[in-house]
Amino acid sequence: MARKDRMSGNEAVAFAMKQINPDVMGAFPITPSTEIPQYFSTYVANGEVDTEFVAVESEHSAMSTCMAAQAAGGRAITATSSAGMALMWEMLYVTSSARLPVTMALVNRALTGPININNDHSDSMGARDSGWIQLYAETNQEAYDNFVQAMPIGENKEVRLPVMVCQDGFITSHAVENIELLEDETVKKFVGEYEPEHYLLKKENPLAVGPYDISNYYMEHKKQQAEAMKHAKPVILEVARRFEEISGRSYGFFEAFEMEDAEVALVLIGSSAGTAKETVKQLRREGKKVGLVKVRVFRPFPMEELAEALKVVKAVAVMDKAESFSACGGPLFAEVRSALYDLENRPKAINYVYGLGGRDICVEDFAMIYDQLFEIGRTGVAGEIYRHFGQREQEV
Amino acid sequence: MAYSLKQQVSKPERFAGGHRLCAGCGAGLAVRGVLRALKPEDKAVITNATSCLEVSSYLYPYTAWQDSYIHSAFENAGATAGGVEAAYRVLKKKGKINDTFKFIAFGGDGGTYDIGLQSLSGAMERGHDMVYVCYDNEAYMNTGIQRSSSTPRFTDATTTPVGKVIPGKPQNKKDLTAILAAHNIPYVAQTTFIGNFKDFHEKAEKALYTEGPAFLNVMSPCPRGWRYEAEDLAEICKLAVDTCVWPLFEVESGVWKLNYEPKKKLPVEDYLKKQGRFKHMFKAGNEWMIEEAQQFVDEKWESLLARCK
Repeated sequence: MARKDRMSGNEAVAFAMKQINPDVMGAFPITPSTEIPQYFSTYVANGEVDTEFVAVESEHSAMSTCMAAQAAGGRAITATSSAGMALMWEMLYVTSSARLPVTMALVNRALTGPININNDHSDSMGARDSGWIQLYAETNQEAYDNFVQAMPIGENKEVRLPVMVCQDGFITSHAVENIELLEDETVKKFVGEYEPEHYLLKKENPLAVGPYDISNYYMEHKKQQAEAMKHAKPVILEVARRFEEISGRSYGFFEAFEMEDAEVALVLIGSSAGTAKETVKQLRREGKKVGLVKVRVFRPFPMEELAEALKVVKAVAVMDKAESFSACGGPLFAEVRSALYDLENRPKAINYVYGLGGRDICVEDFAMIYDQLFEIGRTGVAGEIYRHFGQREQEV
Repeated sequence: MAYSLKQQVSKPERFAGGHRLCAGCGAGLAVRGVLRALKPEDKAVITNATSCLEVSSYLYPYTAWQDSYIHSAFENAGATAGGVEAAYRVLKKKGKINDTFKFIAFGGDGGTYDIGLQSLSGAMERGHDMVYVCYDNEAYMNTGIQRSSSTPRFTDATTTPVGKVIPGKPQNKKDLTAILAAHNIPYVAQTTFIGNFKDFHEKAEKALYTEGPAFLNVMSPCPRGWRYEAEDLAEICKLAVDTCVWPLFEVESGVWKLNYEPKKKLPVEDYLKKQGRFKHMFKAGNEWMIEEAQQFVDEKWESLLARCK
């Protein structure tokens, strides 16, 4: 029997961690993810988990600890945000290249420069090429559900990649919502035991991890990593199918909301989907055929599936909560527009970079964007494609 | 049981001879020496910072290590070894592992005195049951002899070249062993390769079989960077010890102990003149350099003696 509770997104993720009872947690505090190791250390202090809680001296060491613990044969987790992930940067690549399925709770926050503690996706989007699977949540419930699904995905023998479970800093991490929790035993059974074939502490078969890989081999290893990311696609769907059996909640690569007959659509990631859905509902009541695609899985990127979902619309706005300074659009836009390229009748696509450093977006804003999309649909003219939304244009 | 070199070298090697380290390099000796101190029945997981040692010993698809081995990056051997050790503790508690494993990290001076210092300090403070071995060759040898904070004053290194206005490295060597001793960990020692490896072996054994974190600083000369003939390795180490440039001592539970006092303390120039990196110090007009080098060694030696009383 599932039980209902009220939890913040951080507590929900920490609770999933407790139910999984991993072997090692490498932990270093950073806002807004700090509560996760805080909650977890309470479980450790009370003997509710067997986990070795390693309170390291930096995020770089947190990921080093996790990478090494996973190589040793254990299950390792960590939580971080923003600059913390930036400090882990090197180790993100090392972990994925060693094919070690570490699980990280990433509470998305703007990257420093200037320092800002509020939500956007510049941290995880910057790490999009680091070889980690990335799952994003709209709500606390999804953050919890994604975390429960992360290990069966990453540890699958065809995949063996680390997984980043992302949620929006403060918006979900600190806001308390109703949540439906699975029973401990259900989670334990679902996630299962970690049984790697090769690990450092194996009795009769020593293992070497992390070689000097010269040009003769490096490219083959990178190709294998790329293949693993492709293999993750069916595994993610299979894990979601099994998850639906235990929870009744269904997940895919993305959620298509009112897309069947939509004429225009938004594509976005994370908690903004709540506001956008409300807008869709309001506009639908006015008879406007608007839809929304909320991307859950950004790595691997579901290119064909997204194109299929978007082929019905005349115009699409891709909403990026991260700048990539490419001078032509954000990271989600680059992927989505590329996905649309193969469609025979591809929709017009524009990009909005929004919500940086915690800048709000509300129903009226989304409504305005939908209006612009209808206008583009009517005229067939996209105008300026790379746009920013919600910022003051005067010098501040 | 008394130490016997013959007996020790008759043990099966845990570091295979096919590695790619240079002839006359101290790193390989440091590794073999530490691994000889392991009980044959005990397993080990070796952690290695990015270094000459790493790129020479685990060049895919070959490895020179008989034990499990992990390299992750340059600056994090401490955290990496700590991660393995943490997993060991929990897997043992859960009954998934029965064997005894020892955890040994190897880093060069760049990966230990400099970029890896934070991670090392953290791992020591947290009390992981591991031995961190610094093979100190006094510069970034893997990238071509750039200065580190371990490089002695006046050294001719590629980022502290001897020029018309700057005579080699301007700063003195960092005292890392004392910094580690200040962590109040169970065991800290400084050693090198002289004679029959007795001092080195005993320290490695103590470090391995003392519960909790231990640190060994091993002077490990580099023929390329120090510019000496390969066969002179042990002689240079002996001179470092007899001139008190590299004293042999240990700090056990906070108690400092000098392990060797030269009968006749040799002048520092005996050590310096064997190495090409100090050649300019012997040019006419540069006598002050040798004097100041001697003064630094004397001051450090006196303070060590005071600590060991």
